[in-house]
Amino acid sequence: MSILVVAEHDNNAVDPSTLKTLAAAQQIGGDIEVLVAGKGCSTVAENIAKADGVKKVVLADNDAYEHLLAENIADLVADFGKGYSHILAPATTTGKNFMPRVAALLDVAQVSDIISVESDDTFKRPIYAGNAIATVQSEDEIKVITVRATAFDGVAEEGGSGDVESIDAVFNNEKSEFVGEQLAESERPDLTAAEIVISGGRGMQNGENFHLLEDVADKLGAAVGASRAAVDAGFVPNDMQVGQTGKIVAPQLYVAVGISGAIQHLAGMKDSKVIVAINKDEEAPIFQVADYGLVADLFEVLPELNSKL
Amino acid sequence: MKILVAVKRVIDYNVKVRVKPDQSDVDLANVKMALNPFCEIAVEEAVRLKEAGTADEVVVVSIGPKAVQEQLRTALALGADRAIQVETDNMPDSLSAAKILKGVVEKEEPDMVILGKQSIDSDNNQTGQMLGALTGMPQGTFASKVEMNDGFVNVIREIDGGLQTVKLSLPAVVTTDLRLNEPRYASLPNIMKAKRKPLETTTPDELGVEVKRTIKLLKVETPAERSAGVKVADVDELVDKLKNEAKVL
Repeated sequence: MSILVVAEHDNNAVDPSTLKTLAAAQQIGGDIEVLVAGKGCSTVAENIAKADGVKKVVLADNDAYEHLLAENIADLVADFGKGYSHILAPATTTGKNFMPRVAALLDVAQVSDIISVESDDTFKRPIYAGNAIATVQSEDEIKVITVRATAFDGVAEEGGSGDVESIDAVFNNEKSEFVGEQLAESERPDLTAAEIVISGGRGMQNGENFHLLEDVADKLGAAVGASRAAVDAGFVPNDMQVGQTGKIVAPQLYVAVGISGAIQHLAGMKDSKVIVAINKDEEAPIFQVADYGLVADLFEVLPELNSKL
Repeated sequence: MKILVAVKRVIDYNVKVRVKPDQSDVDLANVKMALNPFCEIAVEEAVRLKEAGTADEVVVVSIGPKAVQEQLRTALALGADRAIQVETDNMPDSLSAAKILKGVVEKEEPDMVILGKQSIDSDNNQTGQMLGALTGMPQGTFASKVEMNDGFVNVIREIDGGLQTVKLSLPAVVTTDLRLNEPRYASLPNIMKAKRKPLETTTPDELGVEVKRTIKLLKVETPAERSAGVKVADVDELVDKLKNEAKVL
């Protein structure tokens, strides 16, 4: 068996989700090769070649792949990936965007967002917002899979000694083009990789009040998340949303502040090791999953918490 | 221009699902069903484009047993012009659904196909992208804004780090994120009117599509339950427990 992992990166650095996808690939077992597609990303290729268990890195460096447009990347991966038994990518917005296209081009079904590897063709994945866990078996010749990064421990960044090989296959569709992007600037750790996450919900009342959370987050080195209610109300940008339709996190500590705990939010954080809920409504469903609950007004609790840390 | 919208009948998003005792699947008997929330947003966007004068016709399509006609009628009540049901015994997987939709696209020749980004039951997030691949159309997934230009569509997409804008030539596939719009409620007169709107039924056979399933569902389990922990009295106790009991600070 040979496994192709499509690396996630920003043309400069490897995204941690790639290391976790490599861990899933190791559990499947077989020769692991990594495809790095992008523009000016040879450093990414050299670095990922050192990751534990990587046998070979294939670099497709071209203008066409700069922004990882799904149309171009899918054509490349489907063409290059034909000889492999498995093609894996992290279930990030990038992976979710191009992988189903790859699967359809190869005429195979896709297994999305796996949380465990049972065997080389059997996987577990959450369905119904994580309220049920399905064990599925793929009968396709090529298994196209996206991996939920929080469910796997990443492989070591050092220890491997893969070779980097360049390919010049260029797929550049004429139908889509990158116009621009607005990325949220943050000094705090990445939400999906943080050890501690503090999230605010509708109870925060407005965007300004999020500084109360940010102050605590800075003391703890935590990332700041939000519920859909807080995002929809315009308190914070959407890339901070934790939940079924936002990001999936599983930190050591998750602090939910002013969040009621709807099914859709729980889907994004209930695998956290320790959950703390701060809410003035004693009946809020979040208390049913919280290890530690504090029934109190967040506007009193947050400054106090900040001063005591 | 003509817009095709694909909609799916799923369990109502407020319902907490129960796994069947034999672990064969979740129990959907006597459970409230509804239009998938992302599909509702897709219908709303198409109807808004029609109201803005950009689109002339909005066609909705759903795949599944007769019961999906209920969701098609809902979409018609929200403002779609006509509906197509592709009758199948069960809900097909994403690849078969995409193939069926490709058949409908070939017949209807829409300028844009709008789908939800994922259905809240299978949580696959695949069908729109697969349809894009099969038809050769470009895709604007996880859209939070759709702006029509002459022969093009600009789609603002929600990505992990923020937002990204792509320009797609038409025909194109767009999948909706939650923030694209706020769907309207269907008024009673519109619900009555929707009953008289055309609803055509076809089958995968008629569209020349073979429905197959290569992913077998072996087992469905309830996830490990988290039990409620303890309530603490104040901030001091909370900090103490986190430091000394949970050891996460």
